[in-house]
Amino acid sequence: MTSATDRKRKATSEEVARAIRRGGVDWRPFAFQALLFVMLLASFAILIILLVDIVASALPTLGDRGFGFVTDGLSLNPETAGVWTAIIGSLVIALIVAIVAFPIGIGAAIYLEEYAPDSKVTRMLDTTVRNLAGVPSIVYGLLGLAIFVPVVRMIGLGGSTGGKNVIAAGITMAALVLPIVIITSAEAIRAVPRSIREAGFGVGATQWEVIRSHVVPSALPGILTGTVLTLARAFGETAPLLVIGVATGYFAPPGDASLLDNLTGAYTALPVVVFSWSRQTQAEFADTLAPAAIVVLLVVLFILNGFAVWLRNRTEHKW
Amino acid sequence: MTTRSQPTFDLSGNPKRLRRETRVKVLFMLAGFTSIAISALIVVSLVGEAWTFISQVDVSELFTLGWFPRRGLFDIPTLLIATFIIAGIGMLVAVPLGLGGAAYLSEYASPRARHWMKPALEVLAGIPSVVLGFWALSFISPQIVQRAFSSAKPFTMLAAGLGVGVLITPLVATVSEDAMRAVPVDLREASYGLGANKSTTVRKVVFPASISGVVASMILALSRAIGETMIVFMAAGAVGGALRTWNPLDPGQTMTAAVASLATGSDQVAGEGLAFQSLFFVGLLLFLITLVLNWFSNRIVRKYREAY
Repeated sequence: MTSATDRKRKATSEEVARAIRRGGVDWRPFAFQALLFVMLLASFAILIILLVDIVASALPTLGDRGFGFVTDGLSLNPETAGVWTAIIGSLVIALIVAIVAFPIGIGAAIYLEEYAPDSKVTRMLDTTVRNLAGVPSIVYGLLGLAIFVPVVRMIGLGGSTGGKNVIAAGITMAALVLPIVIITSAEAIRAVPRSIREAGFGVGATQWEVIRSHVVPSALPGILTGTVLTLARAFGETAPLLVIGVATGYFAPPGDASLLDNLTGAYTALPVVVFSWSRQTQAEFADTLAPAAIVVLLVVLFILNGFAVWLRNRTEHKW
Repeated sequence: MTTRSQPTFDLSGNPKRLRRETRVKVLFMLAGFTSIAISALIVVSLVGEAWTFISQVDVSELFTLGWFPRRGLFDIPTLLIATFIIAGIGMLVAVPLGLGGAAYLSEYASPRARHWMKPALEVLAGIPSVVLGFWALSFISPQIVQRAFSSAKPFTMLAAGLGVGVLITPLVATVSEDAMRAVPVDLREASYGLGANKSTTVRKVVFPASISGVVASMILALSRAIGETMIVFMAAGAVGGALRTWNPLDPGQTMTAAVASLATGSDQVAGEGLAFQSLFFVGLLLFLITLVLNWFSNRIVRKYREAY
C-alpha cells in the first residue's frame, strides 16, 4: 500500500524533474513508433535485396542473350539453354486450369451464394472449401499421383509418360486453385446488392435469368480479378508438379510431333526449371540461368497481377 | 379495384422455362459439391496407401536413426523435429516483422503511405516459394548463415527457416493489419480521452482488442510454414534422407521435403519396399496437422468477428 503510493510519487517527481531539466519530451512513444516502422521497413528491405540480388545474378545471361533466352528451348549446354519449353508447359497448365477450374469454381460460388439454402449441408460445404484452401500444395500433388495420373492413363491419354504428363498436371493444378476461385468469386457475388436481384425478379425473370443478366455481369469485375490472380498462383506452384512427375532433367524437345504426342509427352514448367537448374552440376545453371528464369517468371507474374489490377480499376462498380 | 372477376392467368409459368431452371440449378449444385468430392478423394487416396504403410511397416522402423525411406528407415520424429525447427525459425522472423509492420500500417501510416505500402507487401506475398527457395540457398545461406556461423554447411535448416520466415511475414502482416483496423475508433478515442498517448493506445488498447485476429494470423502462418515445400526442399538439403537432429545448423528434412524428395528421386517414386506408401503416410500426417491448425484459426476469426 505505502510502497505503491511511494512508487507513484517517485514517478511523478521524476517526471517533474525531467520537465524542469529538458522541457519534458517523453521519447518512448517515438521510439515505439520508430521500432514499428523499422520492422515494416525490414520487410521491404528484404523484398528489395531479393529482387536486386536475383536481377544482378541474371544480368550476365539476360544481357548477353536478351530475348533469345526466352525463345530458346531446354538444352544441356548453358550457352543455349532457354525457358521456351517451360513457358509452353506453364501456359498449357494455365489453359487447363482456366478450362477446368474456372467454370466449376464460379458455378460453385453461384450455387453457394444464390441457390444454397441456409442449412447444415451448406455450412459443411462452406467449411470444406475453406479447409481445402488451407491444404498444403504438396498434398494436392499426392492426390494427383494417386488419382489423376492413373485416370489420365486409363482414359488413353497416358502417352509415352504413362499419365505423368501436362494433362494430369493441369487437372491437379485445377483442383489446387479451385477453392481459391470459389472463395474469391463468392465474395464478388456477395458484394452485389440485393436490390439488383430484386429489380430482375420484379420484371418477372426467373432465378437463372436474374443470375445471368444481373448477378454475374455485376460481379464480373471481382470474379475476373480473382481468377487472374488464381492463374498467377498456378504459374508459381512447383511442389505438386514435382510429385506428379514433371521432368526435372533435360528431355528432347518434341519437335514436329503431333499435338497429342506433345500433350502426353514429357513436360516442364517455369518454376520447375528454376528448381532443376538450381541443382545442376554445371555452375552456370545455378549461378545465372536459374536467376534469369526467375526474372522471366516474376515478369509473367507481374504482368498477370498488373492485368488483374487494371481489370479491377477499369470495371469496378460503385454501388 | 372493385371488379370481382379477374382474367385467369396461368401462374405456373412456362413449363419449358421451369425445366431449364431445374437443369441449371442441378448443374450449379454439382459444381458446388465438387469441393466435397475433392476432399473425399484426398482423404481416400491418402488413407488408402497410408494404411498399407502402417499395417506393413515394422513399428521399430518408425523410430530409428533417421529418415531414409529407400533403406527402410522411417523415423517419423526426424521429420517432425525438422518441421518444428524450420517452422519455429520462420515464426521467429515473421511474428515481430509482421506484427510491427501491421501495427505501423494500421495505426501510424498516413492513408497515402498505406496506399502504396500494402500493395508492396502483397508483392512480397506473391513471390513464388521456389524463388524464395533459390534465394535462401544462393543468398541467405552464404551471406547470412555462413557468415554468422562459420561452421555451417551450405544446406542448413536455419537458412530454410529464414526463407520460410520471409514467405509468411506478409501473411502475418496483412491478416493482423485487418484485425487491428477492425478495432472500432471509439475504443481508441476512449483511450485518448483518458489521456493516453498513441503508443499506449496501440499497446494497451488496440493490440489486446485485436488479439484474436492476431493469433489467428499466427496460426495461419504456422500452418503455411508447416505446409511449405520448395524453400525447405531446396535450402535444407539432405535430399536422400536425414538423420535425426535438433541442430538448426544441420541439414534436415521436413514432412513436405520428404515427400518432394522421394517423388523426385532418380527412380521417381519406385523406391525400396514401402517408400512409395510412406509418401502417403507423411502426406496424411501433414494434411491432418494443417487441417487442425486451419480449423482452429477459422474458429478464432469467427469468434472475433462476433465481438465487434
